[in-house]
Amino acid sequence: MSISTRRVRAIFRKELREYRRNKSIVTGMAIFPLIFLIQPLVVVFVLPTSAAGQLAHEHLLLYMLGIPALVPAMLAAYSVVGERQQGTLEPVLGTPIRREELLLGKALASFVPSVAVAYAVYAFFLACVELFAHPGVAPALLQGPYIAAQLIFTPLLAAWSVWLGIAISARSSDVRVAQQLGVLASLPPVLVTSLIAFNAIHATPGLALGLAAALLVLDGLGWRLTSAAFNRERLITGTR
Amino acid sequence: MDSQEGGQRSAAALRVHGLTKRFGTRVAFEDVSFEIGYGEVFGFLGPNGAGKTTTVRTLGTLIAPTSGSATVAGIPLTPENGVEIRRRISIMPESPGLYLRLSVAENLQCFADLYEVPDPGDRIERALRAVSLAGRAHDACGALSKGLRQRVALARALLSDPDVLFLDEPTSGLDPVAARDVHELIDTLRRSGVTIFLTTHRLEEAERLCDRVAILNTTLRTIGRPDELRDRLFARALAVRTLAPLPDPGSVFGGLAAVDGWHQDGPASYLLAVSDSTIAAPAATRALVAAGAGVLSIGESRHSLEDVYLELINQDTEASRR
Repeated sequence: MSISTRRVRAIFRKELREYRRNKSIVTGMAIFPLIFLIQPLVVVFVLPTSAAGQLAHEHLLLYMLGIPALVPAMLAAYSVVGERQQGTLEPVLGTPIRREELLLGKALASFVPSVAVAYAVYAFFLACVELFAHPGVAPALLQGPYIAAQLIFTPLLAAWSVWLGIAISARSSDVRVAQQLGVLASLPPVLVTSLIAFNAIHATPGLALGLAAALLVLDGLGWRLTSAAFNRERLITGTR
Repeated sequence: MDSQEGGQRSAAALRVHGLTKRFGTRVAFEDVSFEIGYGEVFGFLGPNGAGKTTTVRTLGTLIAPTSGSATVAGIPLTPENGVEIRRRISIMPESPGLYLRLSVAENLQCFADLYEVPDPGDRIERALRAVSLAGRAHDACGALSKGLRQRVALARALLSDPDVLFLDEPTSGLDPVAARDVHELIDTLRRSGVTIFLTTHRLEEAERLCDRVAILNTTLRTIGRPDELRDRLFARALAVRTLAPLPDPGSVFGGLAAVDGWHQDGPASYLLAVSDSTIAAPAATRALVAAGAGVLSIGESRHSLEDVYLELINQDTEASRR
């Protein structure tokens, strides 16, 4: 099976244009990052220099991995059921596009802006810490392994959320229900990072590698499994 | 517009044999067979729920048939051939299905890419010109009227220069002016040789636009040219109107050449069953004049496609009651 990059690009571009002009999506994309940005910023800004040492044990930065886990789920959950509700799915499925191409285009359209937002918020947070936190806080917080973990886990978590969101979207008949289920289904990775952040799970390089490998495998399987579960006939006729 | 690149074009644009689609125990359509030639405008008529849209979706590879076979644009209808078939056809669904937040041009650009048409800019311009929307390319689709959205959907269907164009209720919900515009567009497409499969329950639309029609009511009830169907279903008749009732109509119409029978249709009007109206009409005129009747009119009694349609659907309704 050959994948047409032109068709994937067509879906990707169309989705981005739609997202940009959809107020509820723009609002949703702004709210989640704000929630995950404000709490760590407040913690860091009120922290005196004398208490900076404890940051090394708190893994505060992992908290921000909630952004790549939740934002793409919300976007991806809209992708199929949103088209179905506005009656645009049938014309698209009537073109020569393969389901793998359609899903890849939709996945990229959720993945790219989500990862971009997650990295941008993270960069903003680091800049704020560097510029405005009390002396000693920044060096305690900005450690290589945490920054590397953020850079590596952001796309891995986002991809996982995207495939979950699309799978849910392809089985739902209502946008809001799909988005709520998508966000709910993306909570387990947030739970794991929270447990690590609260030291309930001891963070080690081995654990990080294991989690990254597991996510990588799941992300690879996600495309195939979601494609296999994508039923053209059910989506068009609404039959079970 | 060739359906077989580098090869012979098959004789039929659509060939359907015994096609059936069931959803569980519910039959959408059953044992449907027909052929459509290239360049033909074929009307697919039937009441709501008759299976027209499901037939279009099946032939458009959007849903799989339960049994039967078909070739679409010369390609056998199988799951493996879905992409190849969809490359050669276009479907305009009943609802235009446009991205309302995107402009007309953005909508068409997306579909031009999905069909991988070469030189999409030029193709979009031509499609918009064909539906007289060249000046509205940058309007948001959400700001267009229902009639204009239908035209955009038609432009989208034309982008890929399809071998077979499926139009599913293209004038549904349109006002008479917008519907007339769509009719004119279909007429233009017919003149340019596009094969059109038109589903509708507007019978005057089918009569005006289609070379042949089929009437579906879960099973295919009849198929043919509109005038053929009329002849097949209804006896030829002459309608006679006189100034006053004839004192003895039996003596006037009895034994006339090519007149098989007659009955009174009103106080001073009569319906003559005829085998050949070119012989019966002059004979009836002479007999009426000889009887001293004041003749108002003598003409062929025309049955419309609507009469054919209603007759068949009523037969089905009565059969289901028995």
